[in-house]
Amino acid sequence: MKPYRGLAIIFGFYALGEFTSSALDLPIPGSVLGMLYLLAALLGGAVKLDWVENDAELFVRNMSIMFVPPGVGIITYIGLLKSQAVPVFGALIISFLITLLVTAKIVELLRGGKE
Amino acid sequence: MNPYGIALTLVVFYAFSEVHQRKRAFYTNPVLLSITTIAVLLWAGGYSYESYMESAAILKFLLGPAVVSLAVPVYKGRETIKAYAREITAGIVIGGMVAILSAFYTAELFGGTEEVLLSMAPKSVTTAIAIGISEKIGGIPALTAVLVILTGILGNAVGVELLNAAGVRDRIAKGLAMGVTSHGLGTARIILDDELAGAVSGLAMALNGVFTSLLLPYLIEVLK
Repeated sequence: MKPYRGLAIIFGFYALGEFTSSALDLPIPGSVLGMLYLLAALLGGAVKLDWVENDAELFVRNMSIMFVPPGVGIITYIGLLKSQAVPVFGALIISFLITLLVTAKIVELLRGGKE
Repeated sequence: MNPYGIALTLVVFYAFSEVHQRKRAFYTNPVLLSITTIAVLLWAGGYSYESYMESAAILKFLLGPAVVSLAVPVYKGRETIKAYAREITAGIVIGGMVAILSAFYTAELFGGTEEVLLSMAPKSVTTAIAIGISEKIGGIPALTAVLVILTGILGNAVGVELLNAAGVRDRIAKGLAMGVTSHGLGTARIILDDELAGAVSGLAMALNGVFTSLLLPYLIEVLK
């Protein structure tokens, strides 16, 4: 494992994704485009798995903590949460139930009981 | 840049991760507990979110390269994707659409404002991607972040039990439903029961993230 190679590839593809997203004014986040580019590079053999594996797994493993700062931002919307509590929490629970059960039932139907 | 926000986040998150290691339950979820604790501390100390974010913003920035890194688990799962291509495609296309439409229309039915509907729409996608989508479509990223985490916690807490109660036996169907509905936290739960269902769930989460980010911005134009 060469130092900085994985990080250079990951940040390079991230920058490329952000550049495409803003230059073409796409509604897709640059990070998602960067992921697709990296996936294509891996599948095409331009990037070898072991060049990026360790650094990528470090990012993925430590992802949870990165949601904390944006989540704390909810304190600036306390008023909105209070006035919109029914649509927010009602829709959250109902949509969760519908999505879980519809997806499972449709896939099960498609598979027709095969193991 | 001051070190206080980032230090606070790391210390609080580390402490709750330790708690979660000892007691693995949905109510010890370190992300939700950290968000709540830091919010209360800021409020009690009279600090603004902006003063906290001045230093904690770097953690949020790292979500970008973390999303790019998700290419690695998807690449490693390419054989599973090939083997179950038809089921995975159907589950993601249908499940992904149902997640968006059911959230959007139920919130509308209950009288939600437009920014609430837009923030709800990406709630079944893994947080990092959902935040990016919410920003792009004019939702409130902070609200989306919290909704995503709550959706994940629901899946983690009751997802498997609900699927069993509904009589779903197929392992691929279970894995897809968990991954498409409640992303990482759902995957973390089902992998404890069944490794194959867990692997399918993880893939479903990653692919649904990509599918939703490609579809939702265009779909929103129609829904609005």
